[in-house]
This record gives sequence, structure tokens and C-alpha cells, in this order.
Amino acid sequence: MIPLSHFLILGGLLFSISIAGIFLNRKNIIILLMCIELMLLAVNINFIAFSHYLGDMAGQVFVFFILTVAAAEAAIGLAILVVVFRNRRTINVQELDQLKG
Amino acid sequence: MPEYLSEIAPAYPEIFLLIATCAVLLLDLFVKDYQRYITYIVAQASLLFTAWLVYTATDNATVVTTFNDMFVADPMGRVLKISIILITMAVFAYSRPYLKDRGMYKGELFTLGLFAVLGMMVMVSAKTMLLIYLGLELLSLSLYAMVAFRRDNKQASEAAMKYFVLGAIASGMLLYGMSIIYGLSGSLNLSHIATYLSSQEAVMSNLGLLLGLSFILVGLGFKLGVVPFHMWIPDVYHGAPTAITMFLGAAPKIAVFAMVFRLLAEGLGDMVIGWQQILVLLAALSLFVGNVIAIAQTNLKRMLAYSTISHMGFVVMGILAATEAGYAASMFYIITYAIISMGGFAVIIFLSNKESEADELADLKGLSTRHPWVAFMMLLFLFSMAGMPPTVGFYAKLSVIQAVVGADVIWLAVFAVIMSVIGAYYYLRAIKIMYFDEADKDIAPAKAGFEFGALLSVNGLAVLGLGILPSFLMSICVASVNAIL
Repeated sequence: MIPLSHFLILGGLLFSISIAGIFLNRKNIIILLMCIELMLLAVNINFIAFSHYLGDMAGQVFVFFILTVAAAEAAIGLAILVVVFRNRRTINVQELDQLKG
Repeated sequence: MPEYLSEIAPAYPEIFLLIATCAVLLLDLFVKDYQRYITYIVAQASLLFTAWLVYTATDNATVVTTFNDMFVADPMGRVLKISIILITMAVFAYSRPYLKDRGMYKGELFTLGLFAVLGMMVMVSAKTMLLIYLGLELLSLSLYAMVAFRRDNKQASEAAMKYFVLGAIASGMLLYGMSIIYGLSGSLNLSHIATYLSSQEAVMSNLGLLLGLSFILVGLGFKLGVVPFHMWIPDVYHGAPTAITMFLGAAPKIAVFAMVFRLLAEGLGDMVIGWQQILVLLAALSLFVGNVIAIAQTNLKRMLAYSTISHMGFVVMGILAATEAGYAASMFYIITYAIISMGGFAVIIFLSNKESEADELADLKGLSTRHPWVAFMMLLFLFSMAGMPPTVGFYAKLSVIQAVVGADVIWLAVFAVIMSVIGAYYYLRAIKIMYFDEADKDIAPAKAGFEFGALLSVNGLAVLGLGILPSFLMSICVASVNAIL
């Protein structure tokens, strides 16, 4: 049987990749959205692994909720992205600089 | 009544609000543009009825749980929910003229607002991490959409994008922390987590728990908007339409306070030494950055955004005291702050018209000669934010500082006082611009309906009245905190 720690390391790695992606990415908003999704999936791996090893269903139920919310979140994120593109004709992160101070 | 119905009685207000929101959504389909006031009135009426349901659902001393111990109705939740609902009603009423002028007076906005209120109420009543997350997301998703509501505005869409990305990162961090706490304690329920922690011996040397705690604190920090997780606040406050800024700067703060209280005080109460140290740092940084950077702002909305950051520093100060007096002081602070900040943005709405947003400091010039009463109200709000007696801001700051002194973090109390003095500079500068500077050009007098004027007067006088007689609200806060802890 695969020990719990392997799943946690995988979750941690995915989470780190998504954080690194958010902070290193200076080009494209769509990549930001992908990183956010990855972040939630990393959390899901954690929850499922814990839930399995604890023998407690609550964690798996939580995962269903996270998946649903992530879908809604992606929908709103992409909708905002379309609005931004219509107004600015760009989805480059660096060009979103009208607001500062 | 069947048994299963009376069992879920504590959640009646939320259930009613959900049904009413869906009804408003449907009703709006059959309403023509010139009849939009029907949607507005139905939305307000459902909020008022929800508040009444909250008021009657429990009394001010009992704690009831339902849905298998996932949902709690307690005195603190009752006070916070009623404040959230009343403040949202006031915000809806304030924003009506602004929304009409900009073609934003749509049913969708009210539906989103009602869903946000539902999310806030769920957050306030959550007894498990699952409900906290769901309430938070319902609130945040509605707010993202509301910020982006003015589709043809460049600034608003940019603000929405920034808010969305940073808000989603915050939720992710919070969730990661929750998953670790769940894995170690074996439960999502906050009271089970508290029992688990009190049964452990060396909680503070358990690396896993500390990791979970830090992720949760980062998530909470983002949502509260404390330094160094404050980057989104100025941009979102500045970019969003003023009516939306007013909404997201008032009621959601109360809900976030409830979330912080539930997670830290109720769930992770035994790790107090850990989160206290981090919160001390966050509070000190927020007070410093908020007050100092606000001085450099020329945009009124941006200035108020930095002022929010410093106020959140004060709220965190009350929480980190981790005493009943501290929680009560924070609760008092956050409720009164929501009232004050709502008033400040209402004055910006009053000054704005179709051509101009009137959100620059210079737009306040000569306000006292143009609209003496509105200028006086703004004076009260700014005095209150600066923490000057006899307005309520003074008493709120005083009680938080007392709580921190009581918890023996004297240097932070001294630091907060010094920072408040620095902060007073930019509030007084705005007052000076209002009262002593002449307007550059002839500005057409702003028009506002009777409803708006009356509400602004009530709001301003409430700030003054609560400052003169704070004991009424304070005793409610103390009693509701005592009933839980």
C-alpha cells in the first residue's frame, strides 16, 4: 500500500507548482486561472488522501464541494477575462496597470 | 410542525433568504425597466424579513446547533447577522441613484447582493470548515461579479480581475490549511478540532499543525486585507464602481471577522500562542502601511482603502488579545467601522454625477459652502475614522487598545496610538479641503432624493450617537461573546 506521505508530497508539490506559476507568470491571465485550478486540485488530493487513511467520509464530501465551487469560480474567472479583453484588447498581466498608487 | 422541520429551525433565516433571492431573480424577468423599483422593494423587504427571522430565531443567551452540528445559531451570530442585513439594506438604498445614472440599475445586481448576504450569513453561522468555505465562496463569487458589473469600464474590469485572482489564491491557501488541520485532527467540525487540540500535549511543537495554522492565517489575512496581504484592497476599492466599493467595504468585513473568530478562537483556540505572534506582526504592519501610504493618496477612494487597511489592523489587535474583552472590542469595532465607511462612500456617491465619479480629494473642495449639512456628515465620518471623540471611532479604538494593554502587549498599544496620530493627518487634510478650500470651478449642486438625504443624516447621527452612548452596543457585544466562550 502506498503510504500517506507520498500523497501529501504530491499534493504539496502541485500546490508549490501552482504558487510558483502564479508569481513567476508575467504574461498571460489564462495561465493564472490554470494555476488557481491546480491549487484547488492539490488541496483535493490532500483531502482525499487524509479521508482515505482516516476512514472518514467528510473529507471526500468536501472534495465534491470544492470541485463544484471550482467550476463556478472558473466560469466567473473566464467571464471577467472576456470583459477585460473587450475593454483592453490584451490579457497580458503586465499591461493591467491602470490602477496603482 | 413535523419534527424534521423544527430541527432545522435555527437555519430558517438562511433558508428563507435563499428562497427569496431565487424569487427576486425570477420576478425581475417579468419587470420592465421603468418598473425596476419593484425588484428593489422586494429585495429590501426580503432582507428586512430575514432580519426579523434572525431576531426571533434565537434569544440573546442560547446557542443552538443544527444540521448535525454543522450550523450554529448563537448570540454573536445573531448580532452580526442583523448588522450585516441592516447595513446591506442601507447600502442598497444609498446606491440607487448612482446605479440609475450609470445603467447599472438591474435586477441582477440585487440578486448578487442577496446571494452575497446569504454567503455572509452562512459564514457567520458556520460550525465546520466546509460551511466556512462554502459561505466564503458564495460571498466572494458574488463580489467578483459585482465588481465587474460595469462591463464597459476599463478600471472596473481590471479591478475585478485582480480581485478574482488574489481572492482565489486566498481561498486556495485557506483550503490547504484546512486540509492539513483536517488530516491531523480527523474532523472538519470546529468543536471537534478544539477538543482534539486540547487533548494534545505539545501543540506548539507539532510542525504539521503549525503548517496548517500558517496557511489558514495567510488565507484569513488576504480576506481581511491586512499587510502584507493587502495588495488587492487599494486597486479594488479604486477600480470598482463606488456603490460596489461601498458594499464590499462594509458588510463583508463583518462576515470575515466572524470567520476569523470561528476559526481562530473557537477552532484553534489552543494554538493561541502561535497565531497571537503572527497577528501581532500583521496588526503592526497594517497600522504602519495603511496610515503612512494613505498620506500620499490623492484619490479619495484609494485613501479610504488604505484607511481600511489600518482599521483592519485595529480589528486584528482586538482578536490577538484573545480575551473576551478583546473579541468584544473587535466585534464592536468592526460593526461600527462598517457603518462609518458606508457613510464615507455615501458622500462620494452624493457628489458624483453622470459626468464625474467625484472620487478625487480635490472634489471635496468647497463642500461646506455648497452643501453644509453633507459636509458636516463627512466631517463626522472622517473624525470617526481618525478616532476623535465624541464620535464612535474614538470609543472603538479605545476599547481595542484597552484589550491589548490587558493582554500585556503594551508596545503594540503605544504603536497603535502613534499610528493613529499619523493617520489623523490625512483625515484632517480632507476636512481642511472641505471647509477651507474654494472650489476651482462652478460645480452644479449635487442632487439627492429625500431617501438618500435622510439615510445619510441617520448614518451620520448614528456615528455621533454611538460615540456618545457606546455602552448599548458594547454591552450587546460583550454579552454575545460571553455567551459563546
